[in-house]
Amino acid sequence: MTFTPETEQKLQAIWSRYPAGRKRSAVIPMLMYAQDETGQVTQEMIAEVAKRCEVTPLQVEEVVGYYSMLNKQKMGKHHVQVCTNIACLLMGGEELWHHTTKRLGIGHKQVTADGLISLEEVECAGACSWAPCVVDGYEYHHHMTIEKLDQLLDSIENKVQ
Amino acid sequence: MSTSTAAPPTVVNFTVDGRQLSAPPGTLLIDACKRAGIEIPAFCYYEGYSLQAACRMCLVEVEKMPKLQTACTLPVMEGMIVRSETEQIHKARKGTLEFLLTNHPLDCPVCDKGGECELQDMVFRYGAGESRFTEIKNHEPERQWSPVVFYDPARCILCYRCVRACNEGMGVGALGVTNRGVVSEIAPNMVDHLDCDECGACIDICPVGALTSNTYRYKTRPWEMQHVGTVCTHCSNGCKTTLGVRNDEIVRGNNRDRSGINGEFLCVKGRYGFDVSTNEERVTSPMIRINGKLEAVSWSKALGFVAEKFRSVSTAGGSFGVVAGPHLTNEELFYLQKFTRAGLKTSNLDHARSGDLVTLLDALSGKTDALATSDDCYNTKAALVIGSDLSQQHPFLAFQLRADVRHHKANIYTVTPGPVREAKYSAQSIEVPVGGEFDALRNLTETLKGEQELVILFGDSIKGQRVRDLVEWASGLGIPVKYVCLVDYSNSRGAMDMGVMPNLLPGYEVDPHPGMSLGQMLSHETLDVLWVVGANPLRGKTLASKQAFVVTQTMFLEETSERADVVFPSASAYEKNGTVTNVTGQVQRLKAAVRTMGAKTDLEICGLLAKELGLAVEIGVWSHDVVFKEIHKSVRGYNVPLPILITGGAAATNPVNGRVAVDVRIEDIQSAGDTLFTSGELGRYSKLLTSVPEFPGALYKR
Ligand code: SF4
Ligand code: SF4
Ligand code: SF4
Ligand code: FES
Ligand code: FES
Repeated sequence: MTFTPETEQKLQAIWSRYPAGRKRSAVIPMLMYAQDETGQVTQEMIAEVAKRCEVTPLQVEEVVGYYSMLNKQKMGKHHVQVCTNIACLLMGGEELWHHTTKRLGIGHKQVTADGLISLEEVECAGACSWAPCVVDGYEYHHHMTIEKLDQLLDSIENKVQ
Repeated sequence: MSTSTAAPPTVVNFTVDGRQLSAPPGTLLIDACKRAGIEIPAFCYYEGYSLQAACRMCLVEVEKMPKLQTACTLPVMEGMIVRSETEQIHKARKGTLEFLLTNHPLDCPVCDKGGECELQDMVFRYGAGESRFTEIKNHEPERQWSPVVFYDPARCILCYRCVRACNEGMGVGALGVTNRGVVSEIAPNMVDHLDCDECGACIDICPVGALTSNTYRYKTRPWEMQHVGTVCTHCSNGCKTTLGVRNDEIVRGNNRDRSGINGEFLCVKGRYGFDVSTNEERVTSPMIRINGKLEAVSWSKALGFVAEKFRSVSTAGGSFGVVAGPHLTNEELFYLQKFTRAGLKTSNLDHARSGDLVTLLDALSGKTDALATSDDCYNTKAALVIGSDLSQQHPFLAFQLRADVRHHKANIYTVTPGPVREAKYSAQSIEVPVGGEFDALRNLTETLKGEQELVILFGDSIKGQRVRDLVEWASGLGIPVKYVCLVDYSNSRGAMDMGVMPNLLPGYEVDPHPGMSLGQMLSHETLDVLWVVGANPLRGKTLASKQAFVVTQTMFLEETSERADVVFPSASAYEKNGTVTNVTGQVQRLKAAVRTMGAKTDLEICGLLAKELGLAVEIGVWSHDVVFKEIHKSVRGYNVPLPILITGGAAATNPVNGRVAVDVRIEDIQSAGDTLFTSGELGRYSKLLTSVPEFPGALYKR
């Protein structure tokens, strides 16, 4: 499997960080970078990462099954994650979640018809001190409100138009 | 860092439930308790495999430790005070069980495991019959992963025993875990199916009924079976297998009681290959060729007919050729060679030879303790495999080496014509074409000199002079070396030991009147009689003699029987009593598990023929016990301790330790190259073996 030069460079950088015999440590970050490019984890990608990291495809499969940020279904261009774990829940995370699903007309792990946005209700995103929190791709948005969330979604939608 | 020079303690003292116990340092509490007769419940812990600490059933109280501890990961420590059953522990275990049962279907009445299920036993012991969970159970449908393996995720308690058995025990790694939390489940390596050894080790090790086998599932309740301990009939490794028999039908093969040299190990052939005995193509009646067609006749007619022919050929001074199969018992082989030599007055007697043990014995003459047993393969500090795809051809010996690496950090070296599974855990693996082995060995010489001991396992590419060269090379290493000469089938070794060879009598005594070898018999243009007992020499070969009267004793109408004038239906190894000797020279008892269907054992057929010929007195009684007594008394090396045999153990034979001065025809020695999924003449009659996608497999792959 081939990747774009940028992705390939990132994969190489991660891979070379681990000594021989320990390449399996690179499985998660490699999968994430590769997923960024294709929007989903494919069987081909699993085989490729397995080969590079000297593990079996099944061992990569185990990782993909375990981590919710690795998706076998195609995600949107923007993967928006709304935290509804305890700190965010207390600070209105659940309202944010309901608002988003209503506005986009999609639910957990679903994608808008145009493939632009996918949605995921996540457990603690590790930003409790600034709850509630919404994550777009790798970008964190703290102290979220419904207004700020709408602005975020507007800007995503406008960017493409 | 300590500067003390005191030796580390060799024993640790501790207390469990008020009892003073001691164990070597490093012993896990759960094992130490087991040895003292204190049972600590465990789902995920399994002796011999890596630790998982996943199930929390083994929790115990340890003084000065704030929380309950998992006995499966805790090494014993000096002065440790442990309690294994307290109210707190009881509550914790009950809680664990309640969790396990939240999604468990509790379909015990139809579950294969019902009655021998570890989860059932634990719930019986700790309660948790009622649940506080009112939610609907998570249910996932059952899946078929291969013609052998079925997985029912709902019954799975995620102990990961199967994953470790496959990965560590088998060296396959076909099972993994996918998803997380309540939805996690076991996953096969090919997304929705398995590409593996199909050994069923995962099924047997599963504490519950989550993994089931196609041959056994929904067939019987465990307590309705009788269990018959016998020996696998397929390869030369001689695994003990305990057959579950119900209504005169074998429904299961396993070795969960760990009796026998192989412990729990069995490969796909040992666990499921018993179906050859119920194949509907079995010959069930004697047959005589009448007008070119084999017609069923009575036993007395067939026996009389053959005896008549034998007598007339004998009187006319005609030639006999006798070929024996490598699956016959020692008793049958011994009786047959006696019949041939004393009765038919010839040594035209042979079997398909698959390894050059004869030259090895000669080359080792004078060296003591130079033949390795299957135990040695597990205990040796280093092993060298030459010219064999061990995991494919000698599954149990390969399993022993894997365990040796895991438990004793043994160094494995391989010199093979292609890639082998052993390479994954070997110290060094060299691929060389057949013929180039000695170059590779010379490269290994210096490394091997640094080992403390070595077991060498070699295949059929090392024969004749090359065996002597090997022994000479190994003697130069300056370390103790033991050998295993790899041979193909369940009693290939016995056939040699019993003198089913044209130039050697039982116990490797030189035959003063050598006869023709198998190859010579087939190409002899005026051979008068070819008597084939449990073999198929005409597969892919022709019989030169047009006039030969051919008699076969067989389970199936194979190529040789197609040429036969008379066919006798013979019993399979699952229908026989007697003994067989495995590749490492260990004798074990076969025990008849089911009755024969119209067939007789080869011993009985030979005996009845002897009687017809008036030779019964000379050749002796055809009872396996009587013949074994004679073997025990007269065959060199078979003077083994009887209690071991009688109790179902494996007794090491002690073959000759002197010159075996005969010419070995190396062109007659060739391994059939069976894989995990083939079994010489038998494999094609096993529906299960031929149904797995990996069939027929290939050597030097994976
Ligand atoms: S049948 Fe044997 S090789 Fe296949 S998954 Fe089970 S343990 Fe592994
Ligand atoms: S299938 Fe059986 S052995 Fe494997 S994890 Fe589940 S319960 Fe344990
Ligand atoms: S390794 Fe050989 S003896 Fe053991 S179960 Fe397999 S075929 Fe039978
Ligand atoms: S609970 Fe939402 S970031 Fe921690
Ligand atoms: S046996 Fe100790 S945690 Fe499973």
